[in-house]
Amino acid sequence: MVECQRYKHDVLVIGAGGAGLRAAIEAANAGVSVGLICKSLLGKAHTVMAEGGVAAALANVDDRDSWKVHFADTMRGGQYVNNWRMAEIHAKEAPDRVRELEAWGAVFDRTKDGKILQRNFGGHKYPRLAHVGDRTGLEIIRTLQDHAIYLGIDVHMEFTTVSLLKDGQRVIGVFGYDRERGRFKLFQAKAVVFATGGIGKAYRITSNSWESTGDGHALAYQAGAELIDMEFVQFHPTGMVWPPSVQGILVTEGVRGEGGILRNREGKRFMFDDIPDIYKNQTADNEEEGWRYTQGDKNARRPPELLTRDHVARCIVREIKEGRGSPHGGVFLDIAWIKERIPNSAEHIKRKLPSMYHQFKQLADIDITKEAMEIGPTTHYIMGGIRVNADTQMSTLPGFFAAGECAAGINGANRLGGNSLSDIIVFGKRAGEYAAKFAKEAGEGTIDEKEVDDIAKRVLEPFDRSSGENPFQIQRDLQVAMQDLVGIVRTQKEMLTALEKIEELKERTKKISITGNREYNPSWHTTLDLNNLLIVSEAITRSALERKESRGGHFRDDYPKKDEVFSKCNIVSSKGFDGKMQIVNVPIPEMPPELKQVIEENK
Amino acid sequence: MATATFRIWRGNKEGGKFQDYTTEVSEGMVVLDAVLRIQAEKANDLAVRWNCKAGKCGSCSAEINGIPKLMCMTRLSELSLDLPVIIEPMQSFPSIKDLVTDVSWNFEVKKKIKKFSPRKADASDGTWRMAQNDVNRVQEFRKCIECFLCQNVCHVLRDHHLHNEFIGPRFFVYSANLEMNPLDTQDRLEQLKDTQGIGYCNITKCCTKVCPESITITDNAIIPLKERVADEFYDPLKKLIRLFRKKK
Repeated sequence: MVECQRYKHDVLVIGAGGAGLRAAIEAANAGVSVGLICKSLLGKAHTVMAEGGVAAALANVDDRDSWKVHFADTMRGGQYVNNWRMAEIHAKEAPDRVRELEAWGAVFDRTKDGKILQRNFGGHKYPRLAHVGDRTGLEIIRTLQDHAIYLGIDVHMEFTTVSLLKDGQRVIGVFGYDRERGRFKLFQAKAVVFATGGIGKAYRITSNSWESTGDGHALAYQAGAELIDMEFVQFHPTGMVWPPSVQGILVTEGVRGEGGILRNREGKRFMFDDIPDIYKNQTADNEEEGWRYTQGDKNARRPPELLTRDHVARCIVREIKEGRGSPHGGVFLDIAWIKERIPNSAEHIKRKLPSMYHQFKQLADIDITKEAMEIGPTTHYIMGGIRVNADTQMSTLPGFFAAGECAAGINGANRLGGNSLSDIIVFGKRAGEYAAKFAKEAGEGTIDEKEVDDIAKRVLEPFDRSSGENPFQIQRDLQVAMQDLVGIVRTQKEMLTALEKIEELKERTKKISITGNREYNPSWHTTLDLNNLLIVSEAITRSALERKESRGGHFRDDYPKKDEVFSKCNIVSSKGFDGKMQIVNVPIPEMPPELKQVIEENK
Repeated sequence: MATATFRIWRGNKEGGKFQDYTTEVSEGMVVLDAVLRIQAEKANDLAVRWNCKAGKCGSCSAEINGIPKLMCMTRLSELSLDLPVIIEPMQSFPSIKDLVTDVSWNFEVKKKIKKFSPRKADASDGTWRMAQNDVNRVQEFRKCIECFLCQNVCHVLRDHHLHNEFIGPRFFVYSANLEMNPLDTQDRLEQLKDTQGIGYCNITKCCTKVCPESITITDNAIIPLKERVADEFYDPLKKLIRLFRKKK
């Protein structure tokens, strides 16, 4: 039997971003023992990177807002392949979850009458994003962290999870190692919650950190859970493009919410040229009206820069491809221009967008109060993930829950900005609540010791080879392949090539050799993360091949239109009995008439 | 392409030494880019802690040519590349490996500070009203990314090792954020005086200088807390009044 430290918890949460922390808090409040595993240090998870705000129909700034409008906006943004029940729960519960953060110490920006201030964002009809300048994610993760540390939760930091453990179909724990010493640890739990975040590191240009290697997606898949909507990857329209070392770092949509505009090299505001029909009613048709909207005029419609992210990203790609891009292969995002409209604009920009000011000043020598930024699309978020029950967040495996980016359903084909910070607190809470409930009713499972031994052996294999492939190089090769072949614009031919590449890379991964020992060894971590990235990349590619249409974040040059057939189904990937990936179309359940009516009323 | 040499500390708590690595450098690169390139190409097992690479998570704290900084926000163009760039782990925390240090003490300290306890809600729907002007100061403190560079540079911790009696600048900022939150009802002054060592700070402002978020740690957080402590416990008039009150 392999040597490992053993721990037992009622509920074990993997991932300590917003969703994981919120789940852990809820489970602890339900009176069960809780373990929380962080891939990095506590408080460093990807939630800190979220900038613009958290979407909730508080109606503090515009009293016409309500859960119904938020629900309709979310469904429209997701092109109606969302899990409508999740979108409904999300819109209804987000306001309470935001108010709760204030009770736990979050300090949001204020309205004149002292309430939580809300700002405009792409795809949201009314100003809906509660925010703190442009560092809302930091505020949320710190608030949750500082609330959680007093609740008796056992926190395990810098831990790599390498496998789920099962008893029959039921998930009963995880196996992995602490990075500091490389020692194996086994966590047994009555319920396991995954809140493991995204997959950005499958692509070369991404806003995501090294952690976003799709661990939760891949481990869930390996354990037999179903993944859904994996073809829907969000390319955020505005990432930095210059200098090369900062390529992909996020530039918040808040810049456009505050009046920032997109221009091509000819100085033309190109977003007015292509406004999709479903948004025509809600979008300004002249610059003056767009400006008035950003300044809070309730009778104005939003400028086209605030159309959904999928659409804006494609318009930017079109400008670049047709030769109207900026010198470093992006387009211009200009907030400095508002000096024509308001006095003290430099101070205003610094106050509203402090991190953006700082980021460009320090990393690119650009003063955004004086000059335009150069930006281009960057891989930001995956709408797809572990298939869950809308109300309980339980996956297709008993005792196994998922919340946040690694779970799927709420966003459909495209996520609206601000909906992920609300997603993580709404569904993080629900996952924690139902995991605790499950744990209270369930007995302990039995660990299969032989399985554990096999996993440990597999994990250590790369140390046995004295020479071989470099894991960092393979990761790079995968990122280039996914960026070039399964990126913003996709074709069948290129995606089939991608599948071949993925197979080649899988073979090369088997030949990786690791230098050094098990203590804090990044080449070991990268090797194990690589296995996850390869599974996720395959799922994205196979699902994207299956969806022979263009919708939301998924755009196919060979099928550039939406197809009615695909408007009624989701694509599920799962591991077949033969060990190969299976892709199946499943019908979307019929929406109840009252929700259909809500959508109709908000057309 | 141009190259530069980086003198990186390799080792663990048993000891270690500097090792030179020469790698290609290009326009706009930051120190973390160079370290990651060296890791990918020349030293696969080089340990470095990082996440966001955009100055938002506070993971990649280190000492670059002796100055505590975030590696992700330090551009090579700020440094002289004629000599090797020296990169060391933070010196006030125990080494784990290479550039990674054990900062767990900080997480333990935070748990001992009394938590946020809001007053009763102002409105019937359970919400509060606060003016932006009243939260500006608190929001400054809440910008903290917990990089612990202020803890690293504070001589009370770095030279005098008073980790058991002194919570350090980070947690004075944390306490100030709670004390100055308009909703909070808790009193942390006695703790600050008796067990958290606010008196040890002799306002050399080293913490303020290294803060990557430009939080005015000393002037806006520590000094006002010191004043509150002095007001509460060392004001002679107040002392007298307390004395009389007790007698009754």
